[in-house]
Amino acid sequence: MRIEINDLHYTYATGVEALRGVSFSVEPGERLAIVGQNGAGKTTLVKHLNGLLKPTQGSVMVGDWDTRQTATYRLAQRVGYVFQNPDEQLFCSSVGEEVAFGPRNLGFPAEKVEQLAQEAMALTEIAAYAESNSYDLSPSMRKLVALASVLAMDTPVVVLDEPTTGQDAVNIGRMAHIVNRLYEQGKTVITITHDIDFCAENLARLIAMGQGKMILDAPMHEAVAQEALLESTYVTPPQLTRLGKRLELSKSICTANEFLSALRGKQ
Amino acid sequence: MAIIELNDFSFQYTTGKQPALQHVSFSVEEGEFIAVIGPNGSGKSTLCYTISGFIPHFFKGETSGLVKVDGVETLSSNLAEMVLHAGLVFQNPFNQISGSKFTVYEEIAFGLENLGVPGSEMAGRIDDVMALTGIRELADRSPYALSGGQQQRVALASILVMQPRVIVLDEPTSQLDPIGTREVFQVVRSMTSKGITIIMAEHKVEHIAAFADRVIVLDEGKILRQGTVRETLTDPLLPECGVGVSRFTTVAQLAQKEALWPAGRALPVTLEEAADGFRETLRGSHAH
Repeated sequence: MRIEINDLHYTYATGVEALRGVSFSVEPGERLAIVGQNGAGKTTLVKHLNGLLKPTQGSVMVGDWDTRQTATYRLAQRVGYVFQNPDEQLFCSSVGEEVAFGPRNLGFPAEKVEQLAQEAMALTEIAAYAESNSYDLSPSMRKLVALASVLAMDTPVVVLDEPTTGQDAVNIGRMAHIVNRLYEQGKTVITITHDIDFCAENLARLIAMGQGKMILDAPMHEAVAQEALLESTYVTPPQLTRLGKRLELSKSICTANEFLSALRGKQ
Repeated sequence: MAIIELNDFSFQYTTGKQPALQHVSFSVEEGEFIAVIGPNGSGKSTLCYTISGFIPHFFKGETSGLVKVDGVETLSSNLAEMVLHAGLVFQNPFNQISGSKFTVYEEIAFGLENLGVPGSEMAGRIDDVMALTGIRELADRSPYALSGGQQQRVALASILVMQPRVIVLDEPTSQLDPIGTREVFQVVRSMTSKGITIIMAEHKVEHIAAFADRVIVLDEGKILRQGTVRETLTDPLLPECGVGVSRFTTVAQLAQKEALWPAGRALPVTLEEAADGFRETLRGSHAH
């Protein structure tokens, strides 16, 4: 499912101009990170992908559908969006119902709904809580429920808004595993995050937003080396990139393995 | 003199199946910056609520032991008294915003109105705190029409303005960009020079290493470790119980396995420490 965004502008009713001409495309199966300072327009941008917002000017194509001419409920077949705050998303009385709601709503047959819900709960490791009420769970668990309920819709594009916020190391590891799993399945993963270390380790392309515009769009290894551009939108390069640069090993280290092999190479 | 003292404190929420905190004892000196880390569900928020008096006066449950904050025995006190001594910045800023005010400025004034601070003094205090937290340009906006990161700054400002002796922050930077995160740590650190004591639950180890004095590690409601930043943040137990460590520590641990980290050298927490150690590795190999 190819995504094409062309000269996208969006102005909120309050007059705030959140997007001021954004253009890029995403090929099927890409793993894209969107970073940038608070208020840069990241969430406004991705809300256009599933039609929660429609362009003030410009266009967004999801496959052959123009979002301006496509009902939001139809776009849900193609783009799953996991909210930053799970409490804006969850409403069913049990976790199991919550996760099954999406695929049922998309019109999958009952058997398929059951299968998709089970797979999503297994992948997010929340199957043990299927009978619980989401609001009896901790905020970090509710985030996993929100994620499962979107994964269960089996959309070709999955958008994650700040998936690692407030999560401990175990859950961040779980998120990394899920991103890789979606990649293996050939799905497009678009992640908004402030966690640049997570980006460097798990995503392949980086777009940095600043004041409603795109200020950087590059493969991850090139992007992490753009220290000045990143800093201009309040992002610091990943920890290991900074370490590699400090030691004059390389400007584009993204993972611990890359760091260690660069270190060995200098020995 | 200790400004915070917990002695064998345990707490179980009325709805809880097991205690959220068990036999917790520690003390904090005036002006210290203590970071509280631990996996999700380890009791970090519960500890924040305890020190700020929300436990047991808002969140109900069974308590035992002693909690003393700024000379007040919190368990036998009440919230109206506690707010004079300790302020809490909530994890989710949405839970903190009063809902009764139309602008950010009024929201920040709300606490001072309740404390009966004279109007002549209020304006100056609000201006100072808005400058400190970088939200001056938001003064006339609705607290609800802000991004998550902006709301977190407003929540912080609304506590700072009340000038409590102890400020408790529950993951105050979770929705902030990296520079915003650093600014919050800097603002909070600057409070300690005025004798204000800081307790902050956080996951961001690199910033804790740079700004905090001591770390308390919680796991399953118990104190697993407490000590200096160095002792605690490089403890191999941390990853085992699901607590994040900095990438600098992780990569040095991996390097250690193949003798690429200087033998006998402490594991690094910060960029500088990691760079120093690896420089030694590189020098050593070239000396041979």
